[in-house]
Amino acid sequence: MSKVRVLVGTRKGAFILTSDGKRDKWEVSGPFFAGWEIYHMKGSPVDPDHIYASQTSGWFGQLVQRSTDGGKTWHQPGVPDGDAKPVWPPVISNKFVYDASAETGKPLTTHQWYDGTQHPWEFKRVWHVKPSLTDVNTVYAGVEDAAIFRSMDGGESWQELPGLRGHGTGPKWQPGAGGMCLHTILLDPTNPQRMYIAISAAGAFRTDDGGQTWKPINKGLHSPYIPDPAAEVGHCVHHIALHPARPHVLFMQKHWDVMRSNDAGDNWTEVSGNLPTDFGFVIDVHAHEPETIYVVPIKSDGEHFPLDGKLAVYRSRTGGNEWEALTKGLPQKDCYVNVLRDAMAVDTLDKCGIYFGTTGGQVYASPDGGDTWQAIVHDLPAVLSVEVQTLA
Amino acid sequence: MTAGDTHTVQVALPYHLRTLARVEGDVAIEIAGPVTVRSVLDALEARYPMLMGTIRDHVTQQRRPFLRFFACGEDLTHDPPDAPLPEAVAQGKEPLMVVGAIAGG
Repeated sequence: MSKVRVLVGTRKGAFILTSDGKRDKWEVSGPFFAGWEIYHMKGSPVDPDHIYASQTSGWFGQLVQRSTDGGKTWHQPGVPDGDAKPVWPPVISNKFVYDASAETGKPLTTHQWYDGTQHPWEFKRVWHVKPSLTDVNTVYAGVEDAAIFRSMDGGESWQELPGLRGHGTGPKWQPGAGGMCLHTILLDPTNPQRMYIAISAAGAFRTDDGGQTWKPINKGLHSPYIPDPAAEVGHCVHHIALHPARPHVLFMQKHWDVMRSNDAGDNWTEVSGNLPTDFGFVIDVHAHEPETIYVVPIKSDGEHFPLDGKLAVYRSRTGGNEWEALTKGLPQKDCYVNVLRDAMAVDTLDKCGIYFGTTGGQVYASPDGGDTWQAIVHDLPAVLSVEVQTLA
Repeated sequence: MTAGDTHTVQVALPYHLRTLARVEGDVAIEIAGPVTVRSVLDALEARYPMLMGTIRDHVTQQRRPFLRFFACGEDLTHDPPDAPLPEAVAQGKEPLMVVGAIAGG
């Protein structure tokens, strides 16, 4: 019988929730890396027992951890476990260095700061990890300050794909309230040369040559909070999602506005439709229905909680514009949590399961495409990310 | 203390770094040559490579802003990294303390 494994990153550690295919009884393991912020965990599509985790701390910096047994044990790639003897040359693990060399494109060292001045690029943390679709040892990392890195040795060493920062608009990028983070990486399963990324607050970008060169794909976005609302870059994109069977169709939750592109991001149209508010962070696509999408509307950029204290997922079966509220099993009074950008995921069982986590520490699951919900845990630390693995 | 001396220095790490290094209590580090913050941290990272980048930034080698270095009741954080540490630290009688700043209420 199939199993489901939910990987939950929180402000104070990682948790792994497991269930059989019925998805009504759950076991909770963790915390792993107790006390550290776990921005994201993601398993390899090649071998789901290989899981990468971003472990970070305001005190101690950034680490990447890896498990090869489904999350039971973890290690830092390249670092001997335990009280090992010194090695020479010293192990260099988890080192993220921006590539400013002339050989790899235009060296770029500054971006726009909050006050409009230029500010040096400074590495802070990994927001998002994305294992390759074909190689268990290749993984991408989206980082703050915004850049994309790749490891081809299981997370031991990291190299920037500098073409993203080097293509010319970098000096116009600026941090959003959460920092200038590259938070979304999407891989096209039909075209290994194509990737999409998104940055707050710069926008969405695409490469068609495996990450060597990139271009902004923000045409059609309208952001009245920037000087030119239709600028090439500067948009606060919160998340992007695609269905693997139709990877040229993209769905976006922007700061405000839910957007859709039918041409790999070249053009966007708004599909907020009848949503009660089109501010939010998460967006995802049903595993078997490419036109069924999900968002969690949040009241506003100044009030990061559901409207009227009622938590609701909204589903569109028409790829946007027409939305229905899904509330059965979700709190309908006095609920003032947020759902952060990486905190929604879907499984691939016959009846698609939908999952999301909240800043109040709940992880909600729906085993029936959103019709009904239950909290599978209630009291975790604030949830930063949720990913789901469907296991044979 | 001369450049040829070898010392065993005690280092007190904050809880999260002890967990990361999978050690309990203070760690004993062998130092060949002068005992300074830099030489202690170099030896510590060689012994426990999982700590690389956690006390000093990987690239700049600067102390992370929320960490402090104390020893013998003194705050040595802002001393030059190559300044000799107190003799009691070099002799292993007092630990070099790596302390996480209290922040967050």
